Amino acid sequence: MKPAPFTYIRPDTLDEAVTALAQHGADARVLAGGQSLMAMLNLRLVEPKALIDISRLGELRSIRLDGDMIEVGAAVTQAEFLAWPQLKEKAPFIARALPWVGHFQTRNRGTVCGSIAHADPSSELPLSLALLEGEVVLRSKSGTRRLKASEFQTGMLQTARRDDEMVIAVRFPAGVGLKGAAFREVARRHGDFAIVSVGAVSAEKGAVRVGVGGVAEKPACISIGASMSTPDITDRIERLAWELGGHDDIHASARYRRDLVRRMVPTLIGEVRACAK
Amino acid sequence: MREVTTGETVRISLELNGKTVSGNATSRMLLTDFLRSELGQTGTHVGCEHGVCGCCTVRIDGVAARSCLMLAVQADGRRVDTVEGLAASKDALNALQRAFRKHHALQCGFCTAGILMSFSDFLSRNPNPDEDEVREVLGGHICRCTGYDGLMKAIMEAAADMRGKTPSHAGAT
Repeated sequence: MKPAPFTYIRPDTLDEAVTALAQHGADARVLAGGQSLMAMLNLRLVEPKALIDISRLGELRSIRLDGDMIEVGAAVTQAEFLAWPQLKEKAPFIARALPWVGHFQTRNRGTVCGSIAHADPSSELPLSLALLEGEVVLRSKSGTRRLKASEFQTGMLQTARRDDEMVIAVRFPAGVGLKGAAFREVARRHGDFAIVSVGAVSAEKGAVRVGVGGVAEKPACISIGASMSTPDITDRIERLAWELGGHDDIHASARYRRDLVRRMVPTLIGEVRACAK
Repeated sequence: MREVTTGETVRISLELNGKTVSGNATSRMLLTDFLRSELGQTGTHVGCEHGVCGCCTVRIDGVAARSCLMLAVQADGRRVDTVEGLAASKDALNALQRAFRKHHALQCGFCTAGILMSFSDFLSRNPNPDEDEVREVLGGHICRCTGYDGLMKAIMEAAADMRGKTPSHAGAT
C-alpha cells in the first residue's frame, strides 16, 4: 500500500524542526531513517498530517564522548554506530547486540535513536539502553530534558515523549560490560523480530545485570549478585519469567517465551561471570 | 526549510546512475514509484512495500537501502544507483552479474535487482567476506526460486573475482 497524504517538512536546523513540531504536535511524526515509520505509513497503521524529516540535520549526525557517556545523535544510522571505531572498547555490549538489529540493508538507514523512540518490545536497541541504564535526550521549544531509559519507555510502542518533543540523542554509559558482555536472541531468522532476546553485562561488585526483551511490553532488567547461589539464581529467573508474562502470537506461545527465558538467562550469566574472572 | 504540502507536485532532481535526472513527485510518493513510474526505470522491483522482501533495494549515496522505505522527496539531490547502472553495456555484465548467470543465482529474476544492489555495496566495503557474513546480508532478501544455494556460490565467487582485479561492480561510481 501507499501512505495516506501528508505534508512533508524538511527543516534546515534543529530549531526549525522543534518549531514545526510545536506547530503540528500530535498530528506530526518525526522521520529519521524511516525503517519502522515508513513501513507503518505504507501499511497505513499511522496517518500523520505532517512528516518532519530530520535525516539531513547536521546537528544530529555526531557520535561523541561526553565525559563517561557516549552520545549518539538522532540522525546517526545503526550502520554508522556499528562502524564507530571506539564501539568495542567503549560499549562492548552494543558491539554484540547491534549486528542483530534488522538487516544490513535496514541498518544502513535505520537510526539508533529512531529504534529507541519507536519502542518496539522486541528491539535490541531499547533493550541495550535499558540494560546499560542509558538516557534519552528530548528537545522541544520549551527546552531540553533527559529521561532515564526506564522512565522513557512506558510500554509497547509507548514512551514518555510529549507531542511537542523529539528525541535528539541517546546516551549510553561508556565502559559498561568491559569485564563481560553477552547477547543472544532467538528469532525465526537473523534480522527478524526477536521472540526472546537476552543481554547481560558485568556490573559492580561482581554482579551481573541481565535484560530481557521480546517477552513483556518493554525490556525488563534484573541484577544477579556475586554471592547468589545457583538455586537462588534459578528461583530469581523463574520469578522473572512469570513476571514478564509473555504473549501468544504467530511466532511463539507465551509458554515457549518463558521457557526460552529459563534456558537463555543462566547461560548468559555464566558467560559474563566466566569473562569477569 | 523545504515543505511539500498535501497534493502539491514538486520537481525532484537526483543523480541516477551517474546522470542528473528529474521528475515530478508528491510528498507521499515512494522512491520506488518515482523510479519506476516517473523515470521509467523499471529494473527496481516492488514487492512487499514494507521493507521485508528486499527486491526494491537500491544504493543511496552508495549505501544499499530499501527504496520502498524512502520518499521521493527525500532523494532530492542525492545519488541513486539502480540495477540499470551496473553493467557497462548490454554485452558487458559486471563480475557480480556474470557470477549470477554462471551459477543460476536467479530464476524468475524478481528479487535479483535488489540482491545485486545489496552486494554491490556490501562487497565494496567487505571485499573478503566469509559465508556467514554473506548469508547475513542475503537474509535481507527473499528469493522463492533458487533456494539461495546458487546465490551463495555466485556471491562468493564474485567476491574472489573482484579481489583479483580492479572492482568493476561499482556501476556509476
